[in-house]
Amino acid sequence: MEKVTITLNGQQIETTTDKTVLQTALDNGIHIPHYCYHPGLSIAGNCRMCLVEIEGIPKLQISCNTFCRDGMVVHSTNDRVRKAVRQVLEFLLINHPLDCPVCDQAGECWLQIYYMTVGQYDSRFTGNKVIKHKKATPIGKWVMLDQERCITCSRCVRFTREISKTNEMVIFNRGDHCEINTYPGRELENRYSANIMDICPVGALTCRDFRFKCRVWYLESADSICPSCARGCNIVIHHNPHRPHKRNGARVMRLKPRYNPEVNKWWLCDDGRYNYRFIDQGRLRHCSVLSPTGREQLYLDEGLRRLAELLRQTPPRQTLLLLSAHSSNEEAFAARRLFDQSLGCLCKLPDEGVFTGDQDDFLIREDKHPNTNGVLRIFGWQTSDLLPMADLLDFVAQKNIKVLLVNRHELSADILGQLDQLECRLVYLGTNVTPAAEAAYLAVPLATFAEKEGTFTNCDGRVQKFSPAFLALGDAAPEWEIYSRLAQHLGLEQAFPSAAEVFEQLRTGNPFFQKLEFHEIGAFGELGAP
Amino acid sequence: MTEKILSRRFDLKDSHTLKVYEENGGYIALRKALKEMSPAQILDEVKRSNLRGRGGAGFPAGMKWSFLPKDTDKPVYLCVNADESEPGTFKDRFIMERDPHLLIEGIIITCYTIRSSQAFIYIRGEYLSQARLLEQAIQDAYAAKYLGKNILGSGFDLDLILYIGAGAYICGEETAMLESLEGKKGYPRLKPPFPAVIGLYNCPTIINNVETIANVPAIVERGGDWYAGLGPPKNGGTRLFAVSGHVKRPGCYEHPLGYPLKKLLYEDAGGILDDLPLKAVVPGGSSVPVLKADEIDINLDFDSVQAAGSMLGSAAIIVMHERTCMVKATERIINFYKEESCGQCSPCREGTGWLLKIIQRILRGEGVMEDIDLLYDVSEGILGNTICPLGDAVAMPVMSYVTKFRDEFEYFIAHKKSKIETMVS
Repeated sequence: MEKVTITLNGQQIETTTDKTVLQTALDNGIHIPHYCYHPGLSIAGNCRMCLVEIEGIPKLQISCNTFCRDGMVVHSTNDRVRKAVRQVLEFLLINHPLDCPVCDQAGECWLQIYYMTVGQYDSRFTGNKVIKHKKATPIGKWVMLDQERCITCSRCVRFTREISKTNEMVIFNRGDHCEINTYPGRELENRYSANIMDICPVGALTCRDFRFKCRVWYLESADSICPSCARGCNIVIHHNPHRPHKRNGARVMRLKPRYNPEVNKWWLCDDGRYNYRFIDQGRLRHCSVLSPTGREQLYLDEGLRRLAELLRQTPPRQTLLLLSAHSSNEEAFAARRLFDQSLGCLCKLPDEGVFTGDQDDFLIREDKHPNTNGVLRIFGWQTSDLLPMADLLDFVAQKNIKVLLVNRHELSADILGQLDQLECRLVYLGTNVTPAAEAAYLAVPLATFAEKEGTFTNCDGRVQKFSPAFLALGDAAPEWEIYSRLAQHLGLEQAFPSAAEVFEQLRTGNPFFQKLEFHEIGAFGELGAP
Repeated sequence: MTEKILSRRFDLKDSHTLKVYEENGGYIALRKALKEMSPAQILDEVKRSNLRGRGGAGFPAGMKWSFLPKDTDKPVYLCVNADESEPGTFKDRFIMERDPHLLIEGIIITCYTIRSSQAFIYIRGEYLSQARLLEQAIQDAYAAKYLGKNILGSGFDLDLILYIGAGAYICGEETAMLESLEGKKGYPRLKPPFPAVIGLYNCPTIINNVETIANVPAIVERGGDWYAGLGPPKNGGTRLFAVSGHVKRPGCYEHPLGYPLKKLLYEDAGGILDDLPLKAVVPGGSSVPVLKADEIDINLDFDSVQAAGSMLGSAAIIVMHERTCMVKATERIINFYKEESCGQCSPCREGTGWLLKIIQRILRGEGVMEDIDLLYDVSEGILGNTICPLGDAVAMPVMSYVTKFRDEFEYFIAHKKSKIETMVS
C-alpha cells in the first residue's frame, strides 16, 4: 500500500493503492453508480454499472475492480461513460417489471434512483419480458423473494457465502433465464438472514415483516443502538410519525443496521432487528396503584409521591432495588446516586439473561442486555457480584426486605406469590405491562430506548450514544427523570436534568468514563478507559 | 506442398496409438527437452518461435509463460483448453482424435518448461469419443513412463488429468474453465488477477489451447527460428484451418500462417459448393466480424485478418454462398450466444436475449426499420463492457452483419420475407 494521487473528473484525490477507484470515489463523496459492489462483500464485477474511463486504457473499466495507481486519470461522468452506464441500466430494466407502484421497494430502489440520475432514456424494448417462477414467495422466516425483480447482482449469494457462511442462496440457470433462489429443499435459515434484503439494491428480496406496512417516504429515522444483546449493534429506527391512524398507532416500522466499522459493520442479526414491537405494544403508560377495587391509575407525580412515602416508611436496608442492564449508563448512574448513595438502599443487578443466552462468533452475544458492562462499571462490580435470580427470595427473606423495586425484570407467578407471603411490597418500574406490573403495589412507566437519549456500554467497553426517535408514550419517562422527581418528593437536593448532564456527573467520578464527553461521542461510539 | 507439423500423422493408420506415434518421430522432442535443454532454453525457443495462442486471442505463448511468478512456493498448473466450442471450429478435435500423443508430448514439455508437475486437459462434454481416445493415450503414456514419476529418468514428475466438462460454451473461456475445473459453476472471473498469478485453486496457472501445445514438440525439435520462419513476422508456424459451410471439400487443412484465404477456399476446399457465387466468409469462428466476398483477398495471419476488419480467432473458416439469408444467419449466431451466455454480467445476459427478440421479430415479419439500428446499438452496448469476451463474441458479428448486409435486413422488414428466394439452410 502506498499513497497516490488520482484525478477523478478533474479533481485531484489522495488515496492509496489498496483502494479501488470506486471506493476512493465513494470515500470522497463522489457517487459512481453501482449495484453488485458492496464494501462488506467480495468484488463480483457483474453489474457493469460502475464503468469509468481511464486515460490510457482503451476499454471502459469497472471502477469496483480497478485499483488506484499514481497519476491515474479517471472520468466517471463524461459522455462516453454516461452512454455506457445508461445502456447497462437499460439492459437491467428490460426484463424488470415496471410496476413500481405495487412494489414495496419503491422509494428506496436503486433502479429507480439510477433511472432518475443517470438513465432518463425512452425505453426501446418492445418484446415480452422473461417470465420467472417465484413472485412474492417466502424463502425464509423474514425474507420474500421476487425473482423477476432481481438483477442477479449476487450480493445475497455472496452474503450467505461470506458473512453468514450458511450458503443457502445460489443463482440457478444461465443467461437471461438465470434466477436466484435457495438450494432445493433449503430455506433461508440463518440468524442474519434479513441482511440480504438490506443489501438487495432492488425489490427482489423484501422484508416479510415490513412489506406494505408503510411507504418508505413516510419514514423518519433516528440513530440508535440495538438493545437486544451486549454487542450493541448500531441501528436506525425507522418510524412513521405521519400516519397515526394506521396500524393502531404503531410508530416503529422497522429497524435497520447502521454502519459501525468497530462493532457490527453493515450487519444486524434477525433477533435484534425484529425485537421492536414492545416499543409500541402493551406499554405501561401510567402510574398505577393496587387498591381494593383493582388497579387505580395515578398521575405520575402522585405515583412518585406514594413511592417516596413508601421509601420513607421503610428502613433503607430493607429496601432492595433490582437494577436492569437495559438501563442506560445515565439511568444506572442516577439509580446509584439516589438509591445507593443518598438513601442507602440495597441495589443488586440480577444475573437473569446474562449468562444463559446463546451466542455465536459473529455478532450475537449470550448476554441479552445492552448495558450490563455499563451498570457493572458504574457500580464498580464484577460479574461475580450479580445476584442469582434463583436466590432472590432467599435474599429477600434473609435481609427482611420489605420494599422490592424491580426495574423491568419479569417475575414468575411463584415469586410474586412468595413475595406476598414475605410481606414484601413490590414496586415495578418498566416499559411494558407484565404480570409483575399488574401484581405490583405501584407500577411506574419507563421510556423505551427509542424514546430517550443516552448511552450504552457494550461488551467491548465501547460507549455508544442513542437518540430518541419520538416522545415517550403517556407518562413514561427516562429513569433519571423519574428519579429526579422522586428525589424532589423525598426532599433531596438531587437533580438529573438531562442525559448529557447526568453523564457529566458520571464521568467526573468514574475513571472508565472520565475521558469521554457526552456531546463528543460520535456515530461510532468511543471506547472507555482500558 | 508445405511441410505439415500438426497433421503429418493424421492420415496414418492407427495414428492415435502410441506405437504409430513413436514409429513416426514421436517423443523425440521430449527426450531432447529433458536431456539436453533447460526450462529457460525451451522458453527462449518458444519465445523466438513467435508461437501465438491458437484458441482465438493469438497471445504469444512464450510471453504468457513468462508471466508466471518467478519465486512462488505454490504449485504451478497447466490447463489445456480442449473445450473447443466455437461454432465452425474443429481443429482440436482432429488433433485429439488422430494424434493425441502429440498433445501429450507437448504438455509434458510445456510442464517441464513452466515447472509444473500437474496438468489438466479440460475437454468439452460433447467430445466423448475423443475423450475416450485421449484417456487411452494418457494411460499408454503413463505405462510407457512418459507420465508419472521420474519421466525418462530425468527426475521430472508430471501427472495429467483429463477432465470432461458438461458442454457449456462459456467453459472454454479460460477463467470459467478454471471455475469449472474447481467444481463450480462456469462463471468467468474478473481480471486482474490473471491466471498466471492466481489461477486454478488460487495457484499460478498457464492455460493454453490444444493446438498451441501441440506445436511445442516441433519447436523444441527444430528450433524457434525455424518455426518462426514458416510464417510472416510475428506469426510463427502453421495453423489448422477448419473450413466448413458452402465449399466442395470442407475439412481441416494445415498451412503456414499467412496462407491466402482465396487459395484455401478455391484450391484446398475445392471452391464454392455448386459453383455458386460467394457471399461471405467468416475467417475465425462465428464470433468474429464477417467478410464480404470482395474482402477475402487477404492472407490468413493474425495481423492481416485484423487489418481487414476481422479476426483470425480460432481459424475456423465458415463459407456462405449467395443463397444464404444473412438475416437468418444472424439469428443463428445470436441464438447460439444467447443460449450460451452464462448470465453473470448484465450487458451479455440481457443484451443477448434482447438481440434474439429483435431478430426473431424481424424473421416473423413483425420487424420495423428501427430494429436494424437497434440491433447495432444493443450490440454496441454489449461490446467491450462485459467480464469476458463472450459479449464481444455476439456483438462483433451482429454489428458486421447488420452493417455489411443491411439491404437484406431492410428487404426482410419491408417485404416480410427473405431477399433470398431459393434459400439454403
